[in-house]
Amino acid sequence: MTSAEEHWSYDKILPSDLELGHAAIEELMAALGAAGWQGMDLFRIQMAIEEAVVNAIEHGNKRQFDKKVRLVFHVTGEKTTLEITDEGAGFDHRNVADPTVEELLDKPRGRGVMLMRELMNEAFFNELGNQVTMIKIRSVEIPEGDAS
Amino acid sequence: MATHRRITVGDSGGVCVVRFVDKKIVDSGSIEQLGEEMNSLVTVDKHGMILLNFDGVEFMSSAALNKLISLNSKVKAAGGKLKLCCLRAEIKEVFTITRLDRVFDLRKTEADAITAFKL
Repeated sequence: MTSAEEHWSYDKILPSDLELGHAAIEELMAALGAAGWQGMDLFRIQMAIEEAVVNAIEHGNKRQFDKKVRLVFHVTGEKTTLEITDEGAGFDHRNVADPTVEELLDKPRGRGVMLMRELMNEAFFNELGNQVTMIKIRSVEIPEGDAS
Repeated sequence: MATHRRITVGDSGGVCVVRFVDKKIVDSGSIEQLGEEMNSLVTVDKHGMILLNFDGVEFMSSAALNKLISLNSKVKAAGGKLKLCCLRAEIKEVFTITRLDRVFDLRKTEADAITAFKL
């Protein structure tokens, strides 16, 4: 895949296994690299998809191997769309505590949803909260040395 | 001294300098082990000044971030000091977004951090 017009798609249903989840993420990262994504964008997408996949397997499906996670990825040179669905009960995504408030700042949990929303251009959940869709538009990167 | 598989541990002027074996800190089993190894620096080895040098670390998940927060609490409870250095821009951005840059003392270089321990 070399141009913005070309398109890479992935649509698989996996058991709740972190190793399989990470293998899918590796495939996504390779496709992004082949499509010319780099630097900060690559890192941000990897961080967001890691959060989403781990959340789906650990919190959504409670690591029950027979419960499935569906991963749907679309990658072009300019836009990446990621949809992650688990078979869990969902959660109240409208009332997630802000992990940056003083009393929660040093608590070792609760940053995943915030990171997905901050690192991607869009991150939204379905009504139940068992599906997240994230969109990243490729940034215009300033070449090193031109920052000033 | 405990055996380490996920970190290497050195000394610089009385400061325990920790480096990470993995370039990408994502595997949940490795992160659990990493947490245990870092915590043992405080609970077993009784180090009071710990510097985490992130040189070479390309990626870390928020599960790894959680281990750093736990370590920070342990170090503070023991009356010690924890600093981080050499974070690449992408990882530093995560600390900024989550405001963990207010919880951790982030230094640009190892030398800066070692000097800061002495202040």
